[in-house]
Amino acid sequence: MTAIKVESASRRSSPGGRDQGRKGPAIGRRLPGGRFLVGLPPYLWLGLFFALPFLIVLKISLAETQIGIPPYKPLLDWAQAGVLELRLNLGNYRTLFSDDLYVIAYLNSLKIAAVSTVLCLLVGYPMAYGIARSSDRHRNALLMLVVLPFWTSFLIRVYAWMGILKTEGLLNAFLLWIGVILQPLQILETDLAVYIGIVYSYLPFMVLPLYATLEKMDRSLLEAAADLGCRPFRAFLSVTLPLSIPGMVAGSMLVFIPAVGEFVIPDLLGGPDTLMIAKILWSEFFDNRDWPVASAIAVAMLVALVAPIMIFQHFQRRATE
Amino acid sequence: MILPLLLALGYAFLYLPIVLLVIYSFNASRLVTVWGGLSTKWYGVLVQDAKILDAAWLSLKVAIITASAATVLGTLAAVVLVRFRRFPGRTLFSGMIAAPLVMPEIITGLAMLLLFIAMEQAIGWPAGRSMTTIVIAHITFCLSFVTVVVQSRLVQMDISLEEAALDLGARPAKVFFVITLPLIAPALAAGWLLAFTLSIDDVVISAFVTGPGATTLPIVIFSKVRLGVSPEINALATVVIVVVSLAIVAAGRFLRPRRQD
Amino acid sequence: MAEPIISIDAVSKSFGSFTAVSGLTLAIHRGEFFSLLGASGCGKTTLLRMLAGLEQPSDGRILIDGTDMTGVPPYLRPVNMMFQSYALFPHMTVEQNVAFGLKQENWPKARIRDKVAEMLDLVQMAPFARRRPAQLSGGQRQRVALARSLAKEPKVLLLDEPLAALDKKLREQTRLELVKIQHRVGITFVMVTHDQEEAMTMSSRIAVMKAGAIEQVGTPVDVYEYPTSIFVADFIGTANMFEGVVSRHQPSQVAVACPELERELAVANAPPLPVGAPVKVMVRPEKLVLSRGEPQAQFNWVRGKVADTAYLGGLSTYHIELASGRNLQATQANLKHVDGGGPSPGDELFVAWHPANAVILVQ
Repeated sequence: MTAIKVESASRRSSPGGRDQGRKGPAIGRRLPGGRFLVGLPPYLWLGLFFALPFLIVLKISLAETQIGIPPYKPLLDWAQAGVLELRLNLGNYRTLFSDDLYVIAYLNSLKIAAVSTVLCLLVGYPMAYGIARSSDRHRNALLMLVVLPFWTSFLIRVYAWMGILKTEGLLNAFLLWIGVILQPLQILETDLAVYIGIVYSYLPFMVLPLYATLEKMDRSLLEAAADLGCRPFRAFLSVTLPLSIPGMVAGSMLVFIPAVGEFVIPDLLGGPDTLMIAKILWSEFFDNRDWPVASAIAVAMLVALVAPIMIFQHFQRRATE
Repeated sequence: MILPLLLALGYAFLYLPIVLLVIYSFNASRLVTVWGGLSTKWYGVLVQDAKILDAAWLSLKVAIITASAATVLGTLAAVVLVRFRRFPGRTLFSGMIAAPLVMPEIITGLAMLLLFIAMEQAIGWPAGRSMTTIVIAHITFCLSFVTVVVQSRLVQMDISLEEAALDLGARPAKVFFVITLPLIAPALAAGWLLAFTLSIDDVVISAFVTGPGATTLPIVIFSKVRLGVSPEINALATVVIVVVSLAIVAAGRFLRPRRQD
Repeated sequence: MAEPIISIDAVSKSFGSFTAVSGLTLAIHRGEFFSLLGASGCGKTTLLRMLAGLEQPSDGRILIDGTDMTGVPPYLRPVNMMFQSYALFPHMTVEQNVAFGLKQENWPKARIRDKVAEMLDLVQMAPFARRRPAQLSGGQRQRVALARSLAKEPKVLLLDEPLAALDKKLREQTRLELVKIQHRVGITFVMVTHDQEEAMTMSSRIAVMKAGAIEQVGTPVDVYEYPTSIFVADFIGTANMFEGVVSRHQPSQVAVACPELERELAVANAPPLPVGAPVKVMVRPEKLVLSRGEPQAQFNWVRGKVADTAYLGGLSTYHIELASGRNLQATQANLKHVDGGGPSPGDELFVAWHPANAVILVQ
């Protein structure tokens, strides 16, 4: 998703686009039948396989658990004499709020996502800045090198850290060898490992939007600042940094949103104490077979993501206008 | 200057883990940290593991079907979003396109599984979980990514090219196939590739909607990896990395945007 | 004249709350080089797109060669368009671009080949037949676009700012070339332009548009020498305006009293106007005659002081300040160069003009 934004940023001008905005498309408007045929398949597909499932999740989150297949009771029941009975059970949501496990996992997910996002920004900003300031000749290659890991298997990239971070792993071996530590450190199965994993996996999502804003920034702004007597570092703080806020927000949201719901990284790199909401959902569903609670967790997770998604979209819209 | 140093550190952070993984896949020792000399024996073990080969073949099939179907549907959706200004349910439609991009996989996976179970109860299809359910789930979450790629290309396209074709006597359907499609072809290819990698890499959604006999490669890797680091997985990971990198570099060459007016 | 090739009958077009064209009626004749001239946003491009069928009128109808075009899609209309961006298909060669329209009509291959060759000869692009648009210069692309839109021998060729993308020098050359080609093929051309010089040099008739309506239709001479509205007088060329009231009707001319001038204004060929009617009198800069001695006539002269001069080579422009504070602009041909011969800033002089060179505009 991010890769595309960079592309569109660098090729913003299209020839003869003068009338595009106001004058509507000619093809679509003339062909009601054709329009219908074009629009229907994706509309139906998404309606059936994307929107409908969420209604089902919502429905099951309001159902009662039962032993059986499926392991929940129907909401609508034909009671005696053809009376349709609707039973909504908010108990699953009550469980979420009353049991510390869920609340802690929920808050912990937000905390881990937030800390990782900040770390990602700290690592990603200098990289994006460095790429944007590099010569034209190297820029595309550097950018490509940031994107390339994104195309290789996410699972394998997370796995690669297991061999590095474990107690008898390469990092500890290296630190022992140079004599910084005397005892191997426990890094794998801690929150730290999860932070490293998230920063590593989502770094491209941070760097690309940052690069896009930094790259299109007019360099004469900095020259103007210098001309007006501003030293380079001050110029960076008072010109570059504020102007790159949209990129920072976009990148942060692109890291934060998936990090909240991340499952593979805490499962592989985190320990039993690393509570994250997706891990809880997974174990409720697969280990406890408590579908209604798993569904309720999913709904609660979505609610937590509404705000950052709206922030993201707000900044996206501003960026495209 | 400090900037190149930071840049170098950043790239080291990105690539060192992968490089180490590749190096240790050639380690003769079973112990991951002890270097037991250069060996390709784990690759030998790998090619004899029928389970992994089956899973890889399944993943490949799933990814190809997914990428192709998602490209068709995603392109249609992009055309709808870019070319049709107003139609009933446009907000819902663009929402359904945008949502999978930000939806945590675990929620998508859960929702899809619950849908398949409900459908099976209601209409008897799909019977159980199989490759079919995996493909359906993958198409659903990959479609949006294709749409975004194709959409950005369509927006850039000079609309007067389509108008000129209409003006010269081509009917709308012909205009689409003779003018629009060739011009957005690079985006279609990029979208296909993106959907392919997303599908072949997916573990969480697949884990929900998979059934007996439909184990994809990431599911095999994931279940092995959860048990710890093993040289065999290192070898498998290396193969995957090499194949994907070659494919991406080749695709990059092939898809490099040609200079247009 | 015979039946017009295009009749536009009370056509309106609105986009949401914005009215681009309102109740416009116009007839374009066979074989004309007709220009729609106006500032951007005046609705000229929308009107052209309605002729092409790329927009449908909200109201009114358009007849092309006597046939009502309402609801007829662009691919069934007997007109072709040359787009401002040229809209050459980047994935096709020059040849394939020109052949595109012919293929849609399922011409036999040999006939298409001959026609493409003929069109490329017409625009002198035959050597570039196998090139792609990206390998051509701007001027070459423009000619390919022209060949492509002429290949189907449309009844009308629509041109949307055909020269706007060219640089100045090439633009001026191409004007003549385009007119020559129009004479050769004998097809009616309808051109949209914002460049008045372009409209003047190329067109047989011009429609000056403003805010979705037509201000004046006429030959270049008509709209320049005899503008019918203050807008047209101002839009085309430079206009010196005097405000006054009609004081007398004399045989064949009207006298206008203008408080800021020492003499009355006389305008020949004026329409009948009631005495006392407020009017503006317009005189073009090149019609003003500068002299050092006081003119003998009883009307149409004024005393002034040269404020500023600009030497333009063949012409010089003089800004002359009147006692009232008003500035007049006069141009004079530099027929012979004499050092210190022309008026220079600070010179006191007289400005005069002939009654036939003044135009009355009703406010």
